[in-house]
Amino acid sequence: MSNPDMAEPITPPAGHVAEEAADDSVAPVATVGETDPAPAADSHPVKIRSRNVDVFYGDKQALFDLGIDIRARMVTALIGPSGCGKSTYIRCLNRMNDTIEIARVSGLIELDGQDIYSPDIDVVELRARVGIVFQKPNPFPKSIFENVAYGPRIHGLAAGKTDLEEIVVTSLTRAGLFEEVKDRLEDPGTGLSGGQQQRLCIARAIAVSPEVILMDEPCSALDPIATARVEELIDDLRKNYTIVIVTHSMQQAARVSQRTAMFHLGYLVEEGQTDAIFTNPTDKRTRDYITGRYG
Amino acid sequence: MSEHIVTSFDDELRELAQSIAQMGGLAEQLLEDAVTALLRADTELAERTILADRQINFLEADIEERAILIIARRQPMAQDLRAIIAAFRISNDLERVADLGKNIARRVLAIEDQPFSQKLSVGVEHLAKLGLRQLKNVLDAYGSHDVEKAHKVWEEDDEIDAVYTSLFRELLTYMMEDARNITMCTHLLFCAKNIERIGDHATNIAEAVHYMVTGTRMEELTDHGEAD
Repeated sequence: MSNPDMAEPITPPAGHVAEEAADDSVAPVATVGETDPAPAADSHPVKIRSRNVDVFYGDKQALFDLGIDIRARMVTALIGPSGCGKSTYIRCLNRMNDTIEIARVSGLIELDGQDIYSPDIDVVELRARVGIVFQKPNPFPKSIFENVAYGPRIHGLAAGKTDLEEIVVTSLTRAGLFEEVKDRLEDPGTGLSGGQQQRLCIARAIAVSPEVILMDEPCSALDPIATARVEELIDDLRKNYTIVIVTHSMQQAARVSQRTAMFHLGYLVEEGQTDAIFTNPTDKRTRDYITGRYG
Repeated sequence: MSEHIVTSFDDELRELAQSIAQMGGLAEQLLEDAVTALLRADTELAERTILADRQINFLEADIEERAILIIARRQPMAQDLRAIIAAFRISNDLERVADLGKNIARRVLAIEDQPFSQKLSVGVEHLAKLGLRQLKNVLDAYGSHDVEKAHKVWEEDDEIDAVYTSLFRELLTYMMEDARNITMCTHLLFCAKNIERIGDHATNIAEAVHYMVTGTRMEELTDHGEAD
């Protein structure tokens, strides 16, 4: 992407800086609304563990000492004003920042306990495990079928033509698009409506059987009906996938996510149960931001 | 508290809170008048009091409508959302308070011809003072976002309940003493019950204030003890 999420002012906000946990099995940021943090652990183990993550674009620091646990089979929403580092962070999770010449990432990011920045990681394979859907639907200039078939084909996931067809149908069905396009799979993907294109991109992402799906403002270019369809889909997908969604819509974050992380000026301010964050956030910056007081 | 980027949102919230305060003031006045009318057997004041309830009903509907519009327009979050939920609840309680006060005023008209002994109504007067104090304090707590004060109202409801129970016994004694007291004492008992109910609404409002300010339910506080 040509537009990395740059953090502008680099003053650390007072009094909140994520404490370095000596025993870093403990999440380093205050969580809200949890009387007992333990129960989620069994059904939703930590899928992605980040510790002390710093990101620089040139000499500009965009993320500061970030520590957060992303839990499996849940939707985690990342919120915060423009330039807060949330997009920067999700681009670390599948090493999209590698494609930006001046970007430098340090710290630890583990996927299922495996350091994704370790030299023996195959980035292509990583990106198959951690798929991404962008703000603007970007189907390939190919048929609907080819859009979905492309990934499984290059990753060698299909044994033959029938197998590939099955993957395409399953992916389109999971993305809630199959019924609408089943009679015109050979039509160009770019001929679909915006909402359909976005669901096509989601189908394309899930066709390679990822474990994690990153979504960078997936609905901001869609009308309310298409948005509702995508949200319904997200809710459905979380049964099988770990989803991290960046959104500027507080209502969307409240609707689709189970956990919410608030970013501000490159710092993680607060992370916790979505229900608690939107009715009773603990940090003043979160309060001001979600209630429209952020100046 | 810092202001919203959209300043008209601040205006809307402020006006909503002002309307609650206004409604609270009217409900207090109504209750005070109803009790005065009862103690003085002032039927004229009682009739005026009955009419005053209309304005409170109107205000409740108005507050509700504006709160719904704010939700639809602004999709409030966090403390803003809680302030609106509190406005709903409190206006509802105040409307009930006014109804209960109006019922006392109605009884004044019903007992107009009854022989009246001051002795009988002393207890009701005392109870009414407590009820009014609770109402006033909880409205102050709302206006100043004072959780401590709201808790105090919540705790002091026990006092109203205790006075009500002893008043019940007292009126029962008068009835047993002299059967001619029965009609009057029964009316007074209903009035006392109404005031006791007003006390319960004051504690509801206290809970709403607690929720509005802290974002937690008051039960949690009582379950875990105040030390938390």
